[in-house]
Parts: sequence; structure tokens; C-alpha cells
Amino acid sequence: MIAILLVIWFAAAYLHPPFAKALNDIRILTGFPLGYWLASQGSLVVFVTLIFFYAWYMNNVLDRKYGMDEEDSRTEDADP
Amino acid sequence: MSVTTVTKAEVAAFSAKLRRWYGLFTLGFLIFVLVMLGLEQLGLGRRPIGYAFLLLTLSMYAVIGILNFTRKLDEYYVAGRKVPPFFNGMATGADWMSAASFISMAGTIWLLGYDGLAYVMGWTGGYVLLALLFAPYIRKFGQFTIPDFVATRFAERAKAARITSAVCAILISFTYVTAQVTGVGIIMSRLVGVSYEVGVFVGLSGVLLCSLLGGMKSITWTQVAQYIILIVAYLVPVTFLSQKFTGVPISELMYGQALGAVTDIERDLKLSNYVEPFKQALSNASWIASAKQLGFAAPEPIVNRTFVGAPFEFLALTFCLMAGTAGLPHILIRYYTVPNPKAARVSVGWSLFFIFLLYFTAPAYAAFSRLEVLRNVVGQKIADLPAWVGNWTATGLLTINDANKDGILQFPELTIVADIVVLATPEIAGLPYTIAALVAAGGLAAALSTADGLLLVIATAVSHDLYAKVINPKASYGARFFASRVMIVVAAAAAAFAALPRLALIVQMVAWAFSLAAATFFPVVLLGIFWRRANGNGAIAGMIGGLVTTLTYMALNYTNPNFTVLGLSHLSAGIFGMIVNFGLQIIVSLATSPSPKYIQDMVDQLRIPVGEMSLPATTSAAQTTAPATGGAGGH
Repeated sequence: MIAILLVIWFAAAYLHPPFAKALNDIRILTGFPLGYWLASQGSLVVFVTLIFFYAWYMNNVLDRKYGMDEEDSRTEDADP
Repeated sequence: MSVTTVTKAEVAAFSAKLRRWYGLFTLGFLIFVLVMLGLEQLGLGRRPIGYAFLLLTLSMYAVIGILNFTRKLDEYYVAGRKVPPFFNGMATGADWMSAASFISMAGTIWLLGYDGLAYVMGWTGGYVLLALLFAPYIRKFGQFTIPDFVATRFAERAKAARITSAVCAILISFTYVTAQVTGVGIIMSRLVGVSYEVGVFVGLSGVLLCSLLGGMKSITWTQVAQYIILIVAYLVPVTFLSQKFTGVPISELMYGQALGAVTDIERDLKLSNYVEPFKQALSNASWIASAKQLGFAAPEPIVNRTFVGAPFEFLALTFCLMAGTAGLPHILIRYYTVPNPKAARVSVGWSLFFIFLLYFTAPAYAAFSRLEVLRNVVGQKIADLPAWVGNWTATGLLTINDANKDGILQFPELTIVADIVVLATPEIAGLPYTIAALVAAGGLAAALSTADGLLLVIATAVSHDLYAKVINPKASYGARFFASRVMIVVAAAAAAFAALPRLALIVQMVAWAFSLAAATFFPVVLLGIFWRRANGNGAIAGMIGGLVTTLTYMALNYTNPNFTVLGLSHLSAGIFGMIVNFGLQIIVSLATSPSPKYIQDMVDQLRIPVGEMSLPATTSAAQTTAPATGGAGGH
């Protein structure tokens, strides 16, 4: 799972800048050049989503897998 | 240190109380801003407004610090372990964001356009690396300063590994804190109206005051307040600007229009295109400026344009900033202050969210500010320029040179040090001075919240890692405490002197610190966690090799931009150090005998990213992490 997330992270951070010049010819939203938008907003949104997803994944999937869900708040069944 | 169990109900009640408190705090602060706006309308002068913001915010930090003063061990070190994830995220946000993020980053984007976005991506993306690769493991390891981690993981060479990493930590933090002091100097010079040099020393006393109050509990709650102030201060002016130019007060969405307008004007004026990537040439301009300030003969200007248009520098800088983020995990102590591991993980998400709020807005700030300057400043008669020009010219950070003597300001005739753009924008845009003072107070909050943590790291590295662990293991607690306090003052004074010549922009100095971290700690921690075979000799060789390579490349490229590989500048020198570090570490580790079995078992156990682990009793977690829990962080 970490590998998949890292691939997404890599794509969001490093795959678009080399093409920024070409991407800038495309306009989106209120007139953002696409290349600029990807670097200034698109990648950031991906990063935040990745981290929240990973927190959710560790709390709900990994802990269960290792039988580590400490205390509280789980009503559904845990089938590892 | 025993884990205090905190029940869910207690946490919920505590959260509700905190929400009420900080809700009132935010409201009170907004009312204060409105009152100041009203008083300004009634004719209150600039100087009193500046002082009011300065004194009010500083005294609030002090009051929160004093109210939370504690002598209980658990509270002192990990804030009683009951900080809810949301608030912990805020505190980490303030910790993380320093003068570089607050006052320098948007200015750099203003100046460089697309190329400045490397900082935005680097400092948020690095957080992903940190959360995915390091945080769960380091949390499990229970060692939160790098020297502690290194000394425990490479226990067979504990002493040498500790000294090497402590020296690296001191160098990195020192570079970093110098940048903060520069920021404080600039803010003070404007807010109080003194020269930059005096501002540095005035601001420094503020830093010292904060860091001597100490204690994780008070620091955490002060930082929550600092986060609120700095984010309010950042969002208010840019929202005004967005409203002014587009009629819609959501700057993050609307600055697309501003970008369009900026590029149109630039085309008409035949200036370089703001959104076009990779147009930075390598030059030694900042070396020339610093040499002049230091009183040396100015070196020949060199500009190397060979690599304009190539993406290597942008990518390398982004990567150095990311790896550096992950290589500075003293921020991780934060995740020990929340009630349980689940909360810790959610807390990482919240902290990035709060950081993201500012980083998401920075390019908008830059775009609107640039539009304002291009549309309403450039093309004016120089004699008619409003008062802010004179005020900033007095600090020496803004110069106007009417090169063609036509009395009208052309864009190339205006030289603004990028570090003042955020501070000057409210005035440039004709907003009330209260807004300008608000921004300055926000910048001060950002610089202070980071600087005191960094000074603590330096002090800890010296008093704990070098003095108590190596030089005089029998030192009493009193002696260590004293050594640590003395070091804070010494480090602060040294940073002030280092800040005087302004070697580079604030973000650039911070980029050096991140480059150094990327070249020294990132590979060591990464291999330490994921490669069982990595041993003490390898780690020590790697850190030294990485440090030396990076410093050498930095010095050579900084003074002579013709010395470059693929157009990489001194800012991203860390990439070479990182390669050398990885290489040396692997070669030396394989050439020497593996670590003892118990360490290898420890690494195996560490790799399962959940649960707790028991460490061999080489260091007690409480003792080793304790003095460093100032939680230095960001930039």
C-alpha cells in the first residue's frame, strides 16, 4: 500500500513539471494555466488526500490486520 | 515514562473546552483588529498601531505560556498526552511554518513565478514522505530526536554516531534559525521603524523570551494561538485583494484571473512571462550583495544562462525540500502528545491540512500582489508614488532607480527584495495600515514559533548529546539545564550575527538547511528503518560524506555559478550529498561487519508499522527526548 501511495505521490510531484510549458496553454477554472495550477494547487490537494487516506487506512485496516486495534469504537466484525 | 490513560469522555470534554477557548480567542483577536481599523479611521498614527500589535501578540503568548507553566514531568514533556488531534495539527502547523513560509515564500513566487512553486510543492509533498515512510516507524521507535534515533539504531557505534549527527543537527538548525532571525529583523524594522540591523537584535530578545519560558505544554498552547494569528493575518489581505480585483473574495479560486491579467500586461510591457517555467538563470547576485554588506570587494557578476528552460533545478530543489522535510523529524515529537496512536495518525492529516491552508493561498497572494504592482505602481510618476515607497526605501530593502531618467517608474527600475513582498502588499494595495501591522504580527508569530524550537534543538544537541552523553556523562541535571540555557543565548546571538549580511532570501537559507538535512539525515533514517544490514560505520561515513559534498558544492556554486552540474544551484546541492551518503553508507556497511543481532531484531520489529515496541535499555525515552521537545519544525 505504501508503494502505491508513493507512486501517486511521485506522479503528483514530479511527472507534470517537465511538461509545464505545454500544459500552460490549457486554461482551466478561472483562467489558470494548467501547468501552473497543477504545481500550485493540484499536487497539494493530492498530498493532503494521501495523508488522510493513509491515516484512515492505518486506523481501520492495518491495525486490524495485526490485531492491534486498541480500545474503543469498533462495532463491526473484524475478519483478518 | 508511564502512559497516562485518558478516557474518551475526558478527551471530548477537553476538546469542547478548547474549542470554546480558542473560539473566543479568535473572536477577540478579530474584534481587536476591527477596533484598530476604527481607531485608524479616527486618526491614530502608524507607530502606535505597530506597537499595539507587537505588544498585544507578544503579551498574549507570554500569558498563555505562564498560565500553562508546569512542573509536572508528563505535562512538561508531552503536554499531558491529551492534546486533541485537531489542535495538535494547529500547533504543528505553527511550528512548521516559519518566516520562510509566511513572509518569504509568496514573495519568491512573486519574483520567480512558476519556479517559486518548487517551495510550495516541496514543503507539502515532503510531509507525505514523512507521514508514509518515517512517522509510523519513528513513533514506534520512541526516539524523537535524530541523534537519539541514530545512537539507538546504530548502538554499536553509539558515541561516534551521536557526535556526528549532533554536529549535523546543529549546522542544519543554525542555518534554519538564521533565516528566522532575518525574518524577525525585517518585520521589526518595519513595525517599529528601525534599521534592519537594529531590528535583528530587537527581535532576538523576543525569541529569547519565548524560548526561555519553555515546556511542551505551554509551547503547544502558545502555538495554537500563533497559528490562529498567522492564518488570519495571511488570509485577510489576500481576500481584500481578491475582492478588489475580481469581486469575489475567494482568492484561491479567483487568482486564475489575476494570472491571466498579469501575463497580458507582461506581454504588453515585453517582460518575461510569469507562469512560464524554468526561466531562472544561475547567478552570483546574492553573493555580490552579501560581500558588499560584509565590506569585501564585490566579486565580478557572473550569470550562467546555459540551463534556462531545463527542469532539472526545479525538480532537484523540490526533491531536496521534500527529503529535507522527512530528514528533520523533530516535528515527530508532536505525535507523542496526543492520546493514542490512532489520534496521532489523524493528527498528521490535520497538521498538513493547516499547513496546506497557507500554502494553497501563497500563490494567490503572489499573483494579486504582482497584478497590483504591474497595474497600479508601474507607470506612475516616481515623484507621486505613495508613502509606502519611502518607508520601505528607508529600510534598504526596496530601491527605485530611474534608469532612463523619464521620471516614470518602469518595472525593471523597481528592485524589491522578495522577502518584503508579503509585508508590503497591504500598503501597496492601499489597504489600511492596520492590515499591514496585522500581517507583520502574523509573520512574527511564524518566525517566533519556529525559532524558539530550533534554538532548543541546538541547545539540546550541545548540552545533552555532546556534553552530557559524551564529554561529561556524570553531569548533574542542574549543570545540563544551565548548559542548555547558556547555549540558547549563545546560539541566538550567533544567529543574529550570521543574519546581518543577509546571505540569501529567507526561503533560500531555509532551502540550504533542507538540502543539508536531505544529504545527512534522510538517507541514514531511511536505511536505518528499511535496511537491516545498515550499520554504524556506514551511517557515520554516509553522514560525513553527504555533509562535506553538499557544503562544498554549495560554496562553489554560490560564489561561481559557472560551476554546476545540469544547472543545479547551491539550493539543491543536497541532491549530490544524498547520493554520496547513500553510496558510502551501502559500501561501508557491506564492507564492515553487520550490527549485533539484537539491533537487527529491533529493526524487524520496527518494520511492522503498528503497535508499540520495547527497546533495549540503552537510552530511556523520557530522558533522551525530554529536553528537545521544544518541537522545532518548519520554515
